[in-house]
Amino acid sequence: MTTYILRRLLASIPVLLGILFVTFALARLIPGDPCRAILGEKATDVICDEFIRRHGLDKPIPTQFVIYVSEILRGDLGTSIRLGKPVTELLVERLPTTLELSLAAMTFSIVVGIPLGIISAVRHNSAIDVGTMVLANVGVSMPVFWLGLMLAYVFALVLKGTPLQLPPSGRLSPGLTIPPFYDVWGWQLGKEGFLRSLLVFISQMNVLNSLLIWRMDLLWDALKHLILPAVAVGTIPLAIIARMTRSSMLDVLGQDYIRAARAKGLPRGMVVIKHALRNALLPLVTIIGLSFGAFLGGAVLTETIFGLSGVGRIMYDSITARDYGVVQSFTVVIAVFFVILNLIVDISYTFLDPRVRLD
Amino acid sequence: MAALKEESIEKRPKVARLEAEGLRTTESISFWGTVWRRLFRRKSAVVGLWILAFLVLIAITADWIAPYDPVQVLIGVEPVKMRQKPCIHLLGCPEDQPQHIMGIDGNVRDQFSRILYGARLSLLVGLSTVTFAIIIGTFLGAIAGYLGGVVDNVIMRFMDVLLAFPSLLLAIAIVTILGPGLINALLAIAIVSIPTYARVTRATVLSVREMDFVEASRAMGGGWGYILFGRILPNSLTPLIVTGTLGIATAILDAAALSFLGLGAQPPTPEWGTMLGAERNQVFTAPHLVFFPGFAIMLTVLAFNLLGDGLRDALDPRLAQRGEE
Repeated sequence: MTTYILRRLLASIPVLLGILFVTFALARLIPGDPCRAILGEKATDVICDEFIRRHGLDKPIPTQFVIYVSEILRGDLGTSIRLGKPVTELLVERLPTTLELSLAAMTFSIVVGIPLGIISAVRHNSAIDVGTMVLANVGVSMPVFWLGLMLAYVFALVLKGTPLQLPPSGRLSPGLTIPPFYDVWGWQLGKEGFLRSLLVFISQMNVLNSLLIWRMDLLWDALKHLILPAVAVGTIPLAIIARMTRSSMLDVLGQDYIRAARAKGLPRGMVVIKHALRNALLPLVTIIGLSFGAFLGGAVLTETIFGLSGVGRIMYDSITARDYGVVQSFTVVIAVFFVILNLIVDISYTFLDPRVRLD
Repeated sequence: MAALKEESIEKRPKVARLEAEGLRTTESISFWGTVWRRLFRRKSAVVGLWILAFLVLIAITADWIAPYDPVQVLIGVEPVKMRQKPCIHLLGCPEDQPQHIMGIDGNVRDQFSRILYGARLSLLVGLSTVTFAIIIGTFLGAIAGYLGGVVDNVIMRFMDVLLAFPSLLLAIAIVTILGPGLINALLAIAIVSIPTYARVTRATVLSVREMDFVEASRAMGGGWGYILFGRILPNSLTPLIVTGTLGIATAILDAAALSFLGLGAQPPTPEWGTMLGAERNQVFTAPHLVFFPGFAIMLTVLAFNLLGDGLRDALDPRLAQRGEE
């Protein structure tokens, strides 16, 4: 098992290097002078000379690539010219919002999608089945940003004054703040360092933080603000998950061992849940893992709509401001994250399915 | 089945003549004939085809059926206000007001005409990006699969790297560097979808490569270019057709997303994503300006998704056998 995991880790190194190479190449393809592309049109020659020397832009391309990789390995992702902050700092500030949104969307799509798929498969060709599949087809065809805007319109304006009214923007109601859990617990943090960044990162996830300090009012407020964006981001994966669950379950339900289980008198519900579902779930793990890319892509489009200041929002703002460094660094970070996630999915296979040989 | 046979005998004099001579006949059914028939048996695929036919019709006839020029500003031309609600005479809008069935947009243009012209652009976007991606992807995948070895490794590892990025993010990064614009957006979407086609082609080429008819071509002295592109590729088309149809749906969605972010088609081009992006802050005051473009995108994507799913089932030999039982 350990050798397998090690081998998979080693195998992902070329892919990671490839990712760095692609983003490196993209940055070199920016038309015009790299210094003025990154520092802005107003940079003087003196500043540019200094910039070029510091980043080794006067050296041969292979050397530049080595410098770029070593900078990233040291945790130096560059600086945002627009905000005048290191990108790593922005990452600690913004990534929790996106992560929280993605996790909420994922939870929504799994919790709704899998049961819908099961019901469709068990009641094959019934009205519920046909209805679910029509909805699933419509669901995968909807643009995320459109769904987000329509949800905001319906739940914030049309349903205004009803108990179903939901806030269309922000992470908390105006005036509310959640005290970071480390302050509440009386921890003393240093000014800098990895541990501090990590704790700040965790405290930025509102739902988790309000759970840690056990404030139900804040938790409810944070959750209420998460619902609409999470539904918008989660709808396409939900439709995909429901369809996959259905076809996977239909395959399994047609097999002999299911008939045998029914024939020996086990109740239908038990056979569906205990015998069929466990085997049908396996292909779903891959789909859910791969959907995370869709969650992140969806987050870019959704955050701008719901006024959430996450990774997606900062990417959007950086694109408009032509703040290349930020776009490049965030692309690297997300791609690396994506690779790690796929790795986890691969490895989890060996736990879920004993038939998967480790070589 | 028997009824079908009798009917076809009546219709085909040649078959009838052969039978009269005492020869056993079976009706010959071409592969594509079977696929076509199986496709039409699926309700969802038929719905997809109808929607698509409708959209193509709109795209072709937009010049004649659109009541206004899609970029014409109506200030001073008609008594209409900016972001005016839809006015439909049949639904009780006063006859003395000009009819705008989808309302007026933020630049005082007829939204309905813009939506109609948008169909043209969306279909072109979907077809052109996928065609481009299929040509490059198929070429790379075919070479990788046929030649194997180092070539295969280099090409496919590079495809793995491209696949490691969430596709929309990579497309965004590419357009940020190339500069916003419809052509650059299309290029970016095509680039990020190349790996999918390369993988599909490589897999099928690998399986077809070892078949006897390929061996026969080789024995007859065919060069590798002829064998690969003349013999193997035509026989690995079916998965590409399915992937391509579903790929058009994704391409249209991604192109709309890039346009929505301001990276794709630039105003005043009547592109659905751009239209939606321009009016998104007006969703509470003028929801019709957000609803219609998004609905149009959804309908188009839905058509290709339904058609792609239908084609997959129709082309799947396993399902085919089950159906013929």
